[in-house]
Amino acid sequence: MPGMVSMTQPIQQSFNPYTENGGTILAIAGADFTVIAGDTRQSEGYSIQTRYAPKVFRLTDKAVLAVNGFAADGNMFVKKVRQRLEWYRHAHAKDMPIRAIARLIQTMLYARRFFPYYVYNILGGIEEDGTGAVYSFDPVGSYEREACRAAGAAQSLVQPFLDNQIYFKNQTPAAGTAFPKHLPLSTVLPLVIDSFTSATERHIEVGDGLEIYVVLARNSTALAGLQSLRGVQEVTGTNDGERVFVIRRDLKKD
Amino acid sequence: MSIMDHNGGSVIAMVGKDCVAIASDLRLGDRALSISSNFQRIFPITDRIYVGLPGLGTDVATLRERFRFRVNMYTIKEEREIEPETFAHLVSSTLYEHRFGPYFIEPVMAGMSKTPSGGYKPFIAATDLIGCLNFAKDFVVAGTASSKLYGVAEGLWEPDLEPEDLFETISQTLLNAADRDAFSGWGAIVHIITKDKIITRTLKGRMD
Amino acid sequence: MATAPVHQPSGFSFENKLRNDFLVEKGIPLPKATSTGTTIVGCLFKDGIILGADTRATEGPIVADKNCEKIHYITESIRCCGAGTAADTEFTTALISSNMELHGLETGRKPRVVTAMTMLKQYLYRYQGHVGAALVLGGVDATGPQLFTIHPHGSTDKLPYVTMGSGSLAAMAVFESGWKANMEREDALNLVKAAIAAGIFNDLGSGSNIDACIITANHTEMLRNVEMPNQRVQKERDYKFRRGTTAWKKEEVRKLVVDEQVTLLGGGDEMDVS
Repeated sequence: MPGMVSMTQPIQQSFNPYTENGGTILAIAGADFTVIAGDTRQSEGYSIQTRYAPKVFRLTDKAVLAVNGFAADGNMFVKKVRQRLEWYRHAHAKDMPIRAIARLIQTMLYARRFFPYYVYNILGGIEEDGTGAVYSFDPVGSYEREACRAAGAAQSLVQPFLDNQIYFKNQTPAAGTAFPKHLPLSTVLPLVIDSFTSATERHIEVGDGLEIYVVLARNSTALAGLQSLRGVQEVTGTNDGERVFVIRRDLKKD
Repeated sequence: MSIMDHNGGSVIAMVGKDCVAIASDLRLGDRALSISSNFQRIFPITDRIYVGLPGLGTDVATLRERFRFRVNMYTIKEEREIEPETFAHLVSSTLYEHRFGPYFIEPVMAGMSKTPSGGYKPFIAATDLIGCLNFAKDFVVAGTASSKLYGVAEGLWEPDLEPEDLFETISQTLLNAADRDAFSGWGAIVHIITKDKIITRTLKGRMD
Repeated sequence: MATAPVHQPSGFSFENKLRNDFLVEKGIPLPKATSTGTTIVGCLFKDGIILGADTRATEGPIVADKNCEKIHYITESIRCCGAGTAADTEFTTALISSNMELHGLETGRKPRVVTAMTMLKQYLYRYQGHVGAALVLGGVDATGPQLFTIHPHGSTDKLPYVTMGSGSLAAMAVFESGWKANMEREDALNLVKAAIAAGIFNDLGSGSNIDACIITANHTEMLRNVEMPNQRVQKERDYKFRRGTTAWKKEEVRKLVVDEQVTLLGGGDEMDVS
């Protein structure tokens, strides 16, 4: 009988604390800069919750964190990382180096091994030696330093494209030449934008807006080209020498 | 795990300037275990039509024969070669006939179709496993690496590529997508179809 | 196919059913077909019916076709929008279109929209919802303009404005606030466009372009891609590769005969056929 609860049989109740909020993030490290980007659509199922929910956050002037997966966990996680970084500043009177932030994020994620933050993290910024760095994490804290990484809903669409265009995978150089080890910012930015417009075309959860953070090392050669760009905004907080910029672009809204 | 992933494999077709290309990897697996690095999944139908059949290996063999039979019957009855558009509908109706017990194949077709003026026009199409046709103007993909192929192709493809440039673009798309797919890879084959010749190249790719 | 039958019986084949059921029993689920997570609408106006549809076809979260046609031909003055399993909407409407043509020939009259509606609902009911087609059927016949929705199990509705598919709520919101009886053609078309646009921009299952079809007593106008609000912007770079970028092992070239010229040789050497 529908609507009647049987008194003899036990009923299993369940509650799923996680949802998947779509979107995609990506980061690419250059010789003396790093680019960290994410789209701004937040969705659940076939509905758009908001067209502007940032997934990329400036932590310090040399570290930017992109979070993707379950948005509530992502926001809470960023909040807790920022709190730990502030405590570090009070204790040591300086910003935490990026490799230390990476290890901190590992311990914070693994501390929740059996009730994880359902979040894929990509940390990008400038290392103490002035090189661009990208660290990518799984939800329970396994991490690795890389030159480029995509994560989120359209990871499978973007990552092989980056393999081809950043690492020159499957390409043979012309006789007597070699592929560059690091690409200039003037090449990386178009690649990032095209990655997102491509993902927007073929993945329904990607779109609305694009936020690209650029972290420059002290005296980075990329500065001149960056400042002439359309819609670039500086968000540097200190006078340490590293500088952080944001570039915002529109993506398709369908 | 889906039955579509059982043997693995992917196919892609692209349109160029007065030419089309169709490419596939060469892996045949048993789930995660690779069995063959020379499994042909693309077959010629006429001089200027090729079909790729990614999906379950047993159905690759069955459907290939079924299409051969139906195309032969068409050729005998009509006393002319089948056109790519007609062949696409033949594939579609063959698959939809099995709507409630489907073949686990998502065919991809590429060819040059005759125009009334006597010239040739590029043609590509794909269907899902129950025969829903997809005529695209740029590229079509199918198989275990389909989402990767969509991403790379959307980035690399551009209109009006000459045959040799189309070869580079389709090869790079397939190779890089297959390298990120556990069920595709182990070599690749590319066919470039123009009005007067077919170039078939076996690619050098990662074998892991 | 040990014995290839020359005569094939019509209708669905269940020859793979046993094998596929066995796989399901072993815990391997059947793969999903392309579905049109669609927005489709229909609306009555002063002189007839306007149908509308988006053009996105999806496979899960991936866009399989960016510009597919969801308004299908039934007869010259009847059209049908399809949502649900893409192949089912395609083949069901094609079958009914074929039967409507034959019906018209047999009766010597222009077939009516209710006839198409009855054929569709009886067909869908027979398959108990397994043929996953959700349809908006509209047209003008001897009895005037007619508009129906048909659900996959065979139930039907007759209303002055209707929506279906995953974007149906977004589109219906537009209709509920904007629809009036006896609208002018231009106003009705704009309302249909606004309803589809609501689906395109607010429902992830719908996207790309707007198709519309205006059916009046003596004219049917198919407006393919009346609005294209989602064209891809120019790419930031071009991605043409240097020739020779891809390494290959083996090449085979097959030359085809494009045209041939037959020249008869000699004058008096023909075969003696006397």
